Amino acid sequence: MATMTLLKAINQTLFEQMRKDDNVVLYGEDAGYEGGVFRVTAGLQKEFGKDRVFDTPISEAAIMGSAIGMAAAGLRPITEIQFSGFMFPGYNQIATHMARMHNRSRGKYKMPIVVRMPYGGGVRALEHHSESLETLFAHIPGLKLVIPSTPYDAKGLLTSAIQDDDPVIFMEPKKIYRAFKQEVPEEEYKIPLGKAKVVQKGTDVTVVSWGAMMVETQKAIKALEDENISVELIDLRTISPIDTETIIKSVKKTGRFLVAHEAVKTLGIGAELISRVNEGAFFHLEAMPTRITGHDITVPLPKGERHQTVDATRIAEEIKKLARFE
Amino acid sequence: MILDAYDSLKGEMFGVLDPDGKVVNKDYEPKIDDDTLLKMYKTMVLARIADTKALQYQRQGRMLTFAPVMGQEGAQVGPLAASKQKDWLVQAFREMAALLYKGAPLKQLYLYWYGNEMGSRFDDLNILPVNVPIGSQISHAAGIAYASKLKKRDESVIAFIGDGGTAHGEFHEGLNFAAVYDLPVVTIIQNNQYAISTPRSMASKAKTLAQKAVGYGIPGVQVDGNDPLAMYAATKEALKRAKEGKGPTLIEAVTYRLGPHTTSDDPSIYRSEEEVKEWQAKDPITRFRKYLSNRKLWNKDKEEALQEEYKKFVADTFKEVEKMPLPTADEVFDYTYANMTEELKKQKEAYKKRLNESEGE
Repeated sequence: MATMTLLKAINQTLFEQMRKDDNVVLYGEDAGYEGGVFRVTAGLQKEFGKDRVFDTPISEAAIMGSAIGMAAAGLRPITEIQFSGFMFPGYNQIATHMARMHNRSRGKYKMPIVVRMPYGGGVRALEHHSESLETLFAHIPGLKLVIPSTPYDAKGLLTSAIQDDDPVIFMEPKKIYRAFKQEVPEEEYKIPLGKAKVVQKGTDVTVVSWGAMMVETQKAIKALEDENISVELIDLRTISPIDTETIIKSVKKTGRFLVAHEAVKTLGIGAELISRVNEGAFFHLEAMPTRITGHDITVPLPKGERHQTVDATRIAEEIKKLARFE
Repeated sequence: MILDAYDSLKGEMFGVLDPDGKVVNKDYEPKIDDDTLLKMYKTMVLARIADTKALQYQRQGRMLTFAPVMGQEGAQVGPLAASKQKDWLVQAFREMAALLYKGAPLKQLYLYWYGNEMGSRFDDLNILPVNVPIGSQISHAAGIAYASKLKKRDESVIAFIGDGGTAHGEFHEGLNFAAVYDLPVVTIIQNNQYAISTPRSMASKAKTLAQKAVGYGIPGVQVDGNDPLAMYAATKEALKRAKEGKGPTLIEAVTYRLGPHTTSDDPSIYRSEEEVKEWQAKDPITRFRKYLSNRKLWNKDKEEALQEEYKKFVADTFKEVEKMPLPTADEVFDYTYANMTEELKKQKEAYKKRLNESEGE
């Protein structure tokens, strides 16, 4: 078994799935010859040729729209949006067609499309390069939304996404593309979509997070080691559909719930999770369900970004408060 | 070559028939067998009767909002007759004549406008469903064409859009995308002079819409869209290019929407009766009937018999649609995903339980 970064795990998975299925094609802005601005797709065009792995004009709408046509004609396109902040011109196609074509055609046209896009802040980037827009996809019926937080999960989830017959938005936490390595099996394996992962078992507080925020959450838990707080940590992994069952089971045990996400507060995924906790575990709650999120502001440029960042310190404070609430 | 001979930048429009159905451009009169000519004509007549009846049904409160095609039938049957059955049809939302020509049952087309998604499922036909958001279908056509080229399938794509749609960014992205990969797509702009109330002159400053092709490095030609023979001939050439791997072609069909934008629209607000009369004189159906009569393929008796047959067929079809069961709860949930999520299964079961209880009362 090789150890590799999250980025490398995605790259390896793309190779594996393209070798396995001739109907898989991959394309996006600079995704072909250069291998993408982050090199996630490096080497693919060389192995699979310019017809299956290709560069596109700067046309997010046409990238998404063409994927719909390809899927209708039997291909399984993997598309790349260079940064999630640039997805808006393509959002029309995603929301008005990709998510609906199967329903609209009453099952005739399946849409086995993966839309990959790096997301999230903390990388000292230009405007529109740091957003966390998961809510905008999770709110659309017909889409699935995945955000991995480890190299191992990235491979298993991406494999499932590529083999899924529904459109899957695959948001990649670019801040941790190369942050750490993990052992990743060389053979194919799948992690089912819609299943959260209990990363650490505990009895006092349930903490849910995903993507790059998992790193901060784990740091926070580590910082609390001497505080005698037993945290159950859940990596949501699939944002849509949400694995309500795993969360409710945990909250019934702990009675305390915290969700931490990068995205802005209002109508964020945190709001949805808290609703579900209220619906499913209300009589088990010992403290009010809590969220830590970005503020409802535009992501600041790098010099001011620290004001928006949800970090381990903030998460640790909240966990402590929740655990001690009586 | 029509695509070379007619310069859209100079405003040259290609046509074969005059408004009286006489061939005025002998060099380019396409050689079409009699059966195909008759199929083209009959399809136009069926579409016209289905439109007229649907307007009546709508006014009687039996039909929902729909977008009549009347006036544009020639711009649709010409291209469809020039294409192969396995070529794809990517529609906007006013393509009833094209759909009927392709073999889509009228019952299904009515069912769609009657408010039931089952009307969009064309099992054995290469047709995409009605595309409501203006302009966004061109990149779907490009994607289908990409798949066809990659898999060497010899399937081309005919995509329809309106004059209003050419103002949309999606038109540009889709056409450009098709052009840079030399994809087998024929994009047909049905310039019916209006985007709801907004005239063609507000869609673009360009003298013709066909000339937009220049910017994409592809051929473009303006065609008399009320001349089915001209539309056939131009599309035939464009499909030949597509098949030979030479890439997309843009055809502007100059036509006119004789009816309202949809049944919710009142065109008398924005256009004069004189203008409508002017275009009625150029009606593609009348013109084509005269052409067929001149060729001894059609006569008054045949016309009367056809009118009678289709009127009955259309009325019977609509009655069948009215008798069809309403979509069930299962139907509206089950197609959201190819594989329904656990979450949605729960929502569906909870809803069905409530539904059964309330219906049991």
